[in-house]
Amino acid sequence: MKFKNNTIALDATDLRILEALQENARQTYTAIGKSLGMAHSTVYDRIKRMERHGIIKEYTAIIDTEKAGAKNIIAIMTIFTDPKESDKVAEKLCEAPQILEVYTSLSEELLIIAKVVAENQESLHEFIASSVAPLPGVLRIRTSMITKKFKETRFSIANNPKELTFIKEKSNK
Amino acid sequence: MNSRITRTLPREKAFYFFTSIGNYTGESAASLKEFTDKINEINVKSLEFHFYRGDFEKWTAEVLEDKELAEQIGTLRQMSPKGENLKNELHRILIRRYSRLRSTLQF
Repeated sequence: MKFKNNTIALDATDLRILEALQENARQTYTAIGKSLGMAHSTVYDRIKRMERHGIIKEYTAIIDTEKAGAKNIIAIMTIFTDPKESDKVAEKLCEAPQILEVYTSLSEELLIIAKVVAENQESLHEFIASSVAPLPGVLRIRTSMITKKFKETRFSIANNPKELTFIKEKSNK
Repeated sequence: MNSRITRTLPREKAFYFFTSIGNYTGESAASLKEFTDKINEINVKSLEFHFYRGDFEKWTAEVLEDKELAEQIGTLRQMSPKGENLKNELHRILIRRYSRLRSTLQF
């Protein structure tokens, strides 16, 4: 079902399929159908519909970079910005391959929070000094290097399905 | 050549003052004049951070293209000045260099 504000409704079956995919995206339609007690054609139709609407964005592999031998460092940058330039700064950051995630936040000042990866401290500093600090609208930057990871998980549809009954439709452009 | 050293640089070539890895103070300098002024104003922690990494020498030599000034800063580094002493000595070198360049440009 589609709504005026470009949203579509997900029912309990959709949410169960999403949950199954988040647990293991390599399952076949038949396997999902069997575990949920429905026909594989139903699973197929619903998955294709959710793909079309951008609810399922992609299927990807989650890699343990430490086990893969990568020695990179991860840091969180808090960038204080001029509110007029904030979106441009965030968009520019998104273009850099070193930047993994970008968010804006409004506390006392407008902030951009970005997760950045670098080979070592020196290359991290070089990147921030030559590519982030010079961006128009950047007022100052605080960077925290991550030293130990205690938990990392992806948001699961199963965490709070009631909140996700309506999901904004993504354009298929 | 002297006018080249005293030119104003585009923002991507400016010197950006940090206090430690990734922590930008919000202060920058896009010319020798501005750099000289900022050295006198900036937090000593930032000065020490850049000074002992060799950032000032690198920027003056490679971006301002003032090898002579870079050498003077390098010589000062060998004396390991700290705190306000570092600030004063660095500022003195920069003022002297800037004044000399300005005077040659006036003739």
